[in-house]
Amino acid sequence: MPSLPTLADRAATAAHADGLGPALGWTALAVVAVLAFMTVVGLLLIWVERKVAARFQCRLGPTRVGRFGLLQTVADALKLLLKEDIVPTGADRVLHLIAPLLSFLAMLLMLVALPLAPGLHVVDVDIGVVYLSACSGLGVIGILVGGWSSHNKWSLLGAMRAGAQVISYEVSAALALLVAVVFSGSLRLSEIVQSQADGWWIWRAPGCGVVGFLLLLVAGTAEINRTPFDLAEGESELTAGFHTEYSGLRFAFFFLSEFLNLFVLAALATTLYLGGWMPLHLPGLAGFNAAMDFVPPLAWFGVKAAAVVFVLMWFRWTFPRLRVDQLMRLEWQILLPIGFVNLFLAAGVVVGGFYPGAG
Amino acid sequence: MTAPALPATTTLRARLSASGGARSDLATQEYFVNMGPQHPSTHGVLRLVLRMDGETVREVVPVPGYIHRGIEKMAEHGSWRQFVHLVDRMDYLSALANNWAVTRAIEGAAQIETNARIETIRTLVCELQRVQSHLLWWGVFGMDLGAFTPFFYGFRDRELFTDILERTIGGRLTMNYIQPGGVMYDLDADFQRDVHAAVAALRPRLHEFETLLSDNVIVQKRLRGVGVLPAERAVALGATGPVLRGSGVPLDLRHSAPYGRYGDVVFDVPVGTRGDCWDRYQVRIDEMRQSLLIIDQLVDDIPAGKTFLVKPAAKIKVPAGLYAAEVETARGILGVVVVSNGKDVPYRIHCRTPNFNNLWTVTATAPGSRIADLVAILSSLDLVIPDIDR
Repeated sequence: MPSLPTLADRAATAAHADGLGPALGWTALAVVAVLAFMTVVGLLLIWVERKVAARFQCRLGPTRVGRFGLLQTVADALKLLLKEDIVPTGADRVLHLIAPLLSFLAMLLMLVALPLAPGLHVVDVDIGVVYLSACSGLGVIGILVGGWSSHNKWSLLGAMRAGAQVISYEVSAALALLVAVVFSGSLRLSEIVQSQADGWWIWRAPGCGVVGFLLLLVAGTAEINRTPFDLAEGESELTAGFHTEYSGLRFAFFFLSEFLNLFVLAALATTLYLGGWMPLHLPGLAGFNAAMDFVPPLAWFGVKAAAVVFVLMWFRWTFPRLRVDQLMRLEWQILLPIGFVNLFLAAGVVVGGFYPGAG
Repeated sequence: MTAPALPATTTLRARLSASGGARSDLATQEYFVNMGPQHPSTHGVLRLVLRMDGETVREVVPVPGYIHRGIEKMAEHGSWRQFVHLVDRMDYLSALANNWAVTRAIEGAAQIETNARIETIRTLVCELQRVQSHLLWWGVFGMDLGAFTPFFYGFRDRELFTDILERTIGGRLTMNYIQPGGVMYDLDADFQRDVHAAVAALRPRLHEFETLLSDNVIVQKRLRGVGVLPAERAVALGATGPVLRGSGVPLDLRHSAPYGRYGDVVFDVPVGTRGDCWDRYQVRIDEMRQSLLIIDQLVDDIPAGKTFLVKPAAKIKVPAGLYAAEVETARGILGVVVVSNGKDVPYRIHCRTPNFNNLWTVTATAPGSRIADLVAILSSLDLVIPDIDR
């Protein structure tokens, strides 16, 4: 399947061929599309999380605002808009102001690089995996700055926890990402998806795929600060951790980026290990494969990402929180060795060509 | 004239500067942080002043008093009977046991007789409330460890027992039910059927609780070996209830000094071995099972009889003297000391509440642990703050 040009490609082509006007048009379209997508996905995810949590907890979740409570998040967002924006006495005003924006920006930078479907891709960075890894590390700066500038010891504790945690788990996450890179031979996300046309890496990469996928889920959960790794927030210990002193719209920015990070993680796991927008193909079943091709790629991507999101929510509503030292031990003594061994094994498998479709 | 020298006080701040702060090659500094009176894990207005070194707690100083209402002083301004409803507001999760403690003190002092039906009803409702209280604790305990779901499970099943008590008593939290000379109302017509249904519903769910929380590897890691309270420290600090039994001391008044119908039923006193958070957790889970056993044995054995043997309007006269009584609430031993000067108003009442002593065990167990451990330790003590301050 030839890869379709991304929105950024179209803008660049237009700038060469048609001049500034069309180029700006494509750029504006990309910006609007990303913002609209982000809003819809963010609001939807928050609604889904509340519904899933409710079902785990013998409740119904939101039901009153809009059909199935779908507008509940909109109502909550409006409420947050109207809230007083409080900067605590003694806080560093400037840093306190920009911290949520930093987190939000990091999330947005990751969001634009995700291939949702052929052509539905804002920027196809040639070192996409490295780029995403770098941007995910950027998000913690927002958390650190927010906790530091809040002039509150609980916030500071939360921020310091987040700093240590994200930096540690970044390593394992990167090792997990690299397994898929080793197998597909490319850092470009669209090429990684293309390489899975004959089968997704989670099972086509023998053993290493499953381990890499699980490693990515665990390390990723830690990187986006979700239960059981939500130590930065740790509401029963640190009141609300790094965002204790945030209110109104600036809290909403932290909150929204947290939820979209969840989507980014799910999308990344989908892209690298579950074939991205590739349909499910089983060898030897031509009819089945042809039927699967009729399902639009965006739907494939959405279903896979939603499944991963559901698993992450399942984690959150089942597990208690780890302790700081246990968290560090898990990373440096368990996940990191597994990650390295897995990567070496993957490299061996690729060099030896010991996987189906090698060549 | 020279100013008198100020007495040398050992304030926390002084101890901080004396300790120097730095404990490794990295220049670190100890700091204070106020945990509470508004903090999600102190479950009320408890304030703990923590001396911290990074994430590690060096010293805990509890500062109670934020919900002191002078309940004991208020007792001196009402009749003997009027004090009973006030103790509902001490340990509000054991309102019935509190009622009973006061009632036993007054009944003992004024020589008021009861009958077997009254004692059975009292025992039954107290056990129902013990289960109810432990269920709430279980839910909150999960939440304090960072798992939100147990909270809803605990509250869902607690509702079974709250409803039963509500149908008989009318109240769901503050009961004012057990009174000198009887109980306020006779049992609801469906009481026995409801109790059987609730007990049958809870038994499998206790197993479900264990698979959700107790068997979880993170829970085990968070609780085992955390907040170890040796038996002799527990006794020295006056801890009672599951906190004491978790440390391996099998002191349970229901067993060692039976009152009500406890002498007629067979049950075990679960005890821990190491005195860590896990033992305290397990003791409470097992206690729920034992309470269900007690309820099983009594619910079909409620003798007939009156439920109030003195006229409700009658003034109680207590002969001059000093009297005491104690009961085992869900959190430990509640002792009530009563001083009468022969009038129809108490001269002085003192309550020895279990939570006050249990709270102080935190000063022995928390130093050296992480702040997340401190939350687990606090939660394993199952504190009700109004009971500390009174």
